[in-house]
Amino acid sequence: MNEILLLKLGELVLKGLNRKLFENILLKRIQYTLCDLGKFDIKLAQSTITIVPQEETVDLEEAAERVSKIFGIAAFSRARVTEKNMDAIKQAAADYLAEELEEAKTFKVEAKRSDKKFPLNSPQICTQVGEYLLEKYPHLTVDVHKPDSIVYVEVRDYGAYIRGRALQGAGGIPVGTGGKAAVLISGGIDSPVASWMMAKRGVELTAIHFASPPYTSERAEDKVVRLLTQVSAYSGRMKMYTVPFTKVQELIQANCPEELFTIIMRRFMMRVAEKIARKEGCGALITGESLGQVASQTMQAIGCTDMVADMPVFRPLIGMDKTEIVTIAHRIGTFDISIEPYEDCCTIFTPKHPRTKPIPSFVEIGESALDVDALVEECVQNTRYKKIGYRQND
Amino acid sequence: MEIYLDNSSTTKVCLPAAQKVMECMTVVYGNPSSLHTMGFAAEKEMTKARAAIAKQLGVKENEIIFTSGGTEANNLAIFGAVSAKKRFGNKIVTTAIEHPSVLGCMEQLEKDGFEVVFLTPDQNGTISPEQVMEAIDEQTILVSMMLVNNEVGSILPIEAAAKAIKRKKSPALFHVDAVQGFGKMAICPKKSGIDLLTISGHKIHAPKGIGALYIAKDIRIPPRIFGGGQESGIRPGTEALPLISGFGEAVMQLPNISREMTRIQMLYDSCKARLLQLPGIVINSPEQGLPYVLNFSTCSVRSETMLHFLASKHIFVSGGSACAKGKQSHVLTAMGLDRARIQTAIRVSFSRENTRQDVNAFIEGVKDGLSTLATGKL
Repeated sequence: MNEILLLKLGELVLKGLNRKLFENILLKRIQYTLCDLGKFDIKLAQSTITIVPQEETVDLEEAAERVSKIFGIAAFSRARVTEKNMDAIKQAAADYLAEELEEAKTFKVEAKRSDKKFPLNSPQICTQVGEYLLEKYPHLTVDVHKPDSIVYVEVRDYGAYIRGRALQGAGGIPVGTGGKAAVLISGGIDSPVASWMMAKRGVELTAIHFASPPYTSERAEDKVVRLLTQVSAYSGRMKMYTVPFTKVQELIQANCPEELFTIIMRRFMMRVAEKIARKEGCGALITGESLGQVASQTMQAIGCTDMVADMPVFRPLIGMDKTEIVTIAHRIGTFDISIEPYEDCCTIFTPKHPRTKPIPSFVEIGESALDVDALVEECVQNTRYKKIGYRQND
Repeated sequence: MEIYLDNSSTTKVCLPAAQKVMECMTVVYGNPSSLHTMGFAAEKEMTKARAAIAKQLGVKENEIIFTSGGTEANNLAIFGAVSAKKRFGNKIVTTAIEHPSVLGCMEQLEKDGFEVVFLTPDQNGTISPEQVMEAIDEQTILVSMMLVNNEVGSILPIEAAAKAIKRKKSPALFHVDAVQGFGKMAICPKKSGIDLLTISGHKIHAPKGIGALYIAKDIRIPPRIFGGGQESGIRPGTEALPLISGFGEAVMQLPNISREMTRIQMLYDSCKARLLQLPGIVINSPEQGLPYVLNFSTCSVRSETMLHFLASKHIFVSGGSACAKGKQSHVLTAMGLDRARIQTAIRVSFSRENTRQDVNAFIEGVKDGLSTLATGKL
C-alpha cells in the first residue's frame, strides 16, 4: 500500500514545553479511532502526522473520514509515497493525480524539501515536475496564481510524498487535553452542539440524560444514544448515564407552584448531574443553554439553577442565535436526529406561564415541600450507563 | 432433488432469512412507526437490516431506501432523476441491453419527449468506455447503465461513465442497476461516482418483493407515490418489515465475495469447457464477464425445447431471461447475433448453492438433449 494520510497539526503547535503531552494524547486518539479499520503505522515528525496502512484491505476513505473529525488537526490529505528520486517523483505525480489533472486546465507544482540532503532545492523540484506534467498532459498550462489544480511534492526524511490540495481538518485541540466534563443532554438541537463545542476545546465528555417513562419513551432515549454516537465521532467514546426522573417530576407537579415547575426541575437535574459528574471525575458540567431562548434560560433562571451546582457550568451556546446553533447541528450531523418528534423530560409538565425572572428565595420555598437530598440520592442510585462510541476491540 | 441453475432469475431463500421473515411476521410484528415498545422493536429490526445493506455497499444507512423490488427502484431512480434534472437538458444515455424495467421507463420518457440514446454492445455484449464517453454531453441529464447484464453476464464500464459525466461537465445523475452484481462482486458507489444504485433481494437468497435504492447523500429526487412519510418520504407506505429483515439477513449471510467468486469461476470454467466439446455449441457470454452467468447457444435445438427437456430431468435453466417470458432476447439481438444463435440460447446462472455435481448433471442433460431432440426449424 503506497497511499497514506498526512495530517497537519493545528493549534497545538503553539504550545510550549508541554507540547509533547498534547501530541501524545492526539496520537493515542488517532490510534484508537482507527483501531478497528486495520493495522496502521502512525508517526509524528516535523509537525506532520503520517498514517501508513500496514494492510492491503484498509479502507483509506473511511480512515480519512474519521480523521477529518479528530480535534487537533488543522488539515489533512491523502498522499502517494515514493522513493526520493526525481524519476519516481515525476512518475508518481503524473500517475497519482491523473484524474484531477485530466480535468484541470491550469496547474502549478509546489515543493517542500525538509530533507536538505536531497540534491535539488524546492524551485528546482517544481520546475522538473512541472515540465514532466506539461509533457504528459499537453492540454495543461501553468498558472501560479489561481490554478485549477495544485500538485504538492514534499521531500521528507522518510520519503517523498505527492498530494493534491489538503482538506480542512476539524481544528480545535485534542480531546483529553482539556479535562473531562458532564453534559446534560435532552435530545434537542442545542445540547449535542454544546457537547461538540466543548470537545473541540479538548474536553472529554460524559453524558447525562434524564428519562421519565412512561411520559417519555424508549425511542427518546434511543434518539439520545444516536445523537451521542454522532457526537462521539468527534469527541471520542463516552459513557451515557440515564437518570430515572419520573418520580421527581411527578412530585414536583404535585407539590410545587406551577410557574416554578421548570426551574425546580432544572435544579434537580443540576444536583443529580453534579453527583454523577463527581463520581466520573469530571471537573465541570455542560449545558446547551442560550440566553433568553426559553423561560428557564433567562439570566435570573440560570442564576437560580446555578446556585445548586457546586461546579463550574459551561454554556458554550450562551451568546449564540438559534440559526447559528442549527448551522453547527447540520454540520456535525445531529440536526436530523434532534428534530425527531419524541417527548423528552423537558417538554412534559411545562407550566402555562413559567416565571421568567424567578427569585431564589421563592424557589427555595417552592421546593421545600420535597425531600430534596433523598430524591437526588435515589436518582443517582438508580442511574444506569451505556457505552457510546467504543470501538469493537475494547 | 432439483438442480437449479437459474439463479439470475431468482434464488432459493436461505434458511436464516426465511426464519427472520417468520420471526418478523409472528413475533416482532409491530409497525416500525408505532411509538410503543413493539413498534420500537420492529424499527430496530429494520435499522439492523438497513445497516447490513449499507455496510455491504460502504454507504451510510440513510442513503438506503427500501422498495418493493428492482423494478420499482429503477422506476423511482429514473423518473426521479429526470424530474430533478429536466431543467438542465433533454438527453438520457442508456444501453440497449438494460433490464426491461429500465427499458420500459425509457420508452415512456421517449414518449414524453426526451431524447434517449441507447448504446449498442459489441458481439460480446460489452459496451466500450469510448462509446460512453462519446455519448455523454452537457445536455445529458441521466445516465442509466446496468452493472452486470442479466442475460450474458457482461460487466459494463461504470467507471468510464462516471468519469465521462465529470469530464464533460454534464449535469447528469448516474444510475446503476446493480441487481445482478450486488453480493457477487465488489461495488462501491462512493468510489465509482454513482448517484443512484438499484439492488434487489431475491437474487441473493432473500424473499421476492423487496429491493432498495441507494441515493447518494447530496442527491434529492422526488417521490413517485405519496403517503405517510416512511423511507424519508421518498417511498412512503408501512414498511414491509418481514421482507426488509429477510433482505438484511440474506446480506449478512453473503459469503466472502472474492472467495466465492473463485469457486463460481471454477464451475463456470468447467461448464464452459465441457459445453465447447459438444458439437455446434457457441458461447455468448464474454470472456471477461461475471462468472455467475453463462450464456450459450446450441445452434440446433430451440431454447424452449431444450429448457423443457432439461426441466423434465429436474434441471432448471432459462432461455434468455425469465423476465422476457419467451420473447426473442433483446440483448442477444442487440449484440447482433444471428437468428439461429438467438433462438437456441440457453442461460445457466449459478449461486452459492451450486456444486460440481450440478454442472455434471447439466452437461449430461445437454448432451442427451442434443442427441435425442429433433432439430426444429430455425
